[in-house]
Amino acid sequence: MCQVEEDYNGLECKQEKIPVPTLNRKCMKCKEGTAVLIIRVNDSFCRSCFKEYFIHKFRAMLGKNRVIFLQEKVLLAVSGGAASCSMLSQVQEGLSREAPKKLRFVPGIIYIDDGGACGRSAEERQRSNALLKSIFTETGFTYFIVSLEQVFSLPTSVLVPGTSDPDPSNPSYKQAVDQYIKEKQTLTEENVASAVAQLSIEDSAYSPEHKLALERLFSSMKTLTAKEDMLQTLRQHLILHIARENGYSKVMMGDSCSRLAVKLLSNIALGRGAALASDTGFSDPRYGDVVIVRPMRDYSSKEIAFYSRMFNVPSVFISGLDTQTHDKTSIQRLTESFVTNLQSDFPSTVSTIYRTSEKLHTVMPPQSQTAEPASKCLLCLCTLDTKVDKASAFHATLVSEQLSQIKLQDPSLDAPAQSAEQCCTEGQGCGPGGCCSSNRLPSHQDLKTLLCYSCRLTIKDMVATNTLPPYIITEAEKRQKRSQMKMEISEYLLEDDEED
Amino acid sequence: MLSKLKLHGGAELLFDGVKNHHVTLPGQSDPWDMKQLLAWIRGNMLKERPELFMQGDTVRPGILVLINDADWELMGELEYQLQDQDNVVFISTLHGG
Repeated sequence: MCQVEEDYNGLECKQEKIPVPTLNRKCMKCKEGTAVLIIRVNDSFCRSCFKEYFIHKFRAMLGKNRVIFLQEKVLLAVSGGAASCSMLSQVQEGLSREAPKKLRFVPGIIYIDDGGACGRSAEERQRSNALLKSIFTETGFTYFIVSLEQVFSLPTSVLVPGTSDPDPSNPSYKQAVDQYIKEKQTLTEENVASAVAQLSIEDSAYSPEHKLALERLFSSMKTLTAKEDMLQTLRQHLILHIARENGYSKVMMGDSCSRLAVKLLSNIALGRGAALASDTGFSDPRYGDVVIVRPMRDYSSKEIAFYSRMFNVPSVFISGLDTQTHDKTSIQRLTESFVTNLQSDFPSTVSTIYRTSEKLHTVMPPQSQTAEPASKCLLCLCTLDTKVDKASAFHATLVSEQLSQIKLQDPSLDAPAQSAEQCCTEGQGCGPGGCCSSNRLPSHQDLKTLLCYSCRLTIKDMVATNTLPPYIITEAEKRQKRSQMKMEISEYLLEDDEED
Repeated sequence: MLSKLKLHGGAELLFDGVKNHHVTLPGQSDPWDMKQLLAWIRGNMLKERPELFMQGDTVRPGILVLINDADWELMGELEYQLQDQDNVVFISTLHGG
């Protein structure tokens, strides 16, 4: 029953198609205009009603989840595709209205050029960068065009979740709105916007070594699934870094409903079930000081495509890692084709998955503020789900993995660990360029303890972990040494309930 | 019969990157319908990977079709009969082209 191309000879199991309507169907909202599109199963809209509906949905989404405060700096992550460009045009639309319900935040735009990982040529990248630059300059917002190669010059602070501002005078949303209306700063807004637009950065230049390093990193991954996962992680880190550097406290991503449904299912298949709520929910607070927000999550890809076609939203198609690949090349691709095919026969598929994802919530552990950085995954910064006790499914998979592998000589793994201990007697740990950092590159074993389950699978797919960007390797070493040190001095640590 | 075809959202990759096509369909006694148009496109215009554009008789799920800027579901999908100077747009909403 769940096969895509199954034949039903004589059996009418397939859902009955709604009887074909005549040409001049009326809009279901205003009942006057001629309908131009059908969304969901049977809702036909005329052009103007659709536009209203689209705009209203965006503002309702922002208004319902009151996370964006006034005058807050929000970074819009634009990939060039229809969804993120529609998001950009909605923000423009929302900021320009004269009505008192104008959106009031300060937007910036970021675009990450990942051509180096996807194998695009330099001319292609320059062409798409130029097209996007012209779109961004028209909006008048600050923009950042950054190439993925910059990942090799990131600091390790990217991997440490920041603390959100526990400002005691931080008012609630309603109070903030009232305060703003009293102050009425509308006069200087236009000047500020034009001055800020001049601060735009186009940092798409990259050094050849970084380009080579990026190519080496991606060619050391054996499967496309791992490549896509790594690309996603690196992109997040880069966006996070730019947001932190420039004082942006929120990042808006343009994931649509259909995309999120696919992401939900493929994340479960990848082993990221523990982080589902933050990966697909409206807001993702895992980075602490920067919150990821998804305002487009209520729009299906059909609505977005129609809107951008009918109202001329400029977008640039940029081919990615899995463009024109066969269905079975990666888990993400397979899930996408599964969901899309199912959706065509059963139109409520995507909305059912979406409703399910809305019900997911993260259970926050009581001392999340005081948790050490080591309890977060090194790459995806979600809470580590691998520190569980022996009677768990995770432990069972570990045991069966060990049993099914042929044991190699174990002493060879212990030897480098001992030499490292001898030279780090101060307990400070060697900085980059120190005595043992060059001898000791993190092996798969070392990294595993610092990663969550699905990041482990991604790293497992890598042939050589030394191709990882330096900030990851340095942070991994630091955490390793810290946990080793902790183990060494654990017997000397005073417990809270000891009396001396 | 003249027809204008446009491709968006990555669908143009299957047609040598050309987004706009003006096609002249050969005359025939019965009027052209969408089913025949799709078969004609597959036979004459698709250079490679037909399975990324079509699935069986119809377009692959995830590719939207607009006829004169209106959803083809309102026009009868495959049964719609093409008229002269009609504008057909194919938009791909999928990740992979």
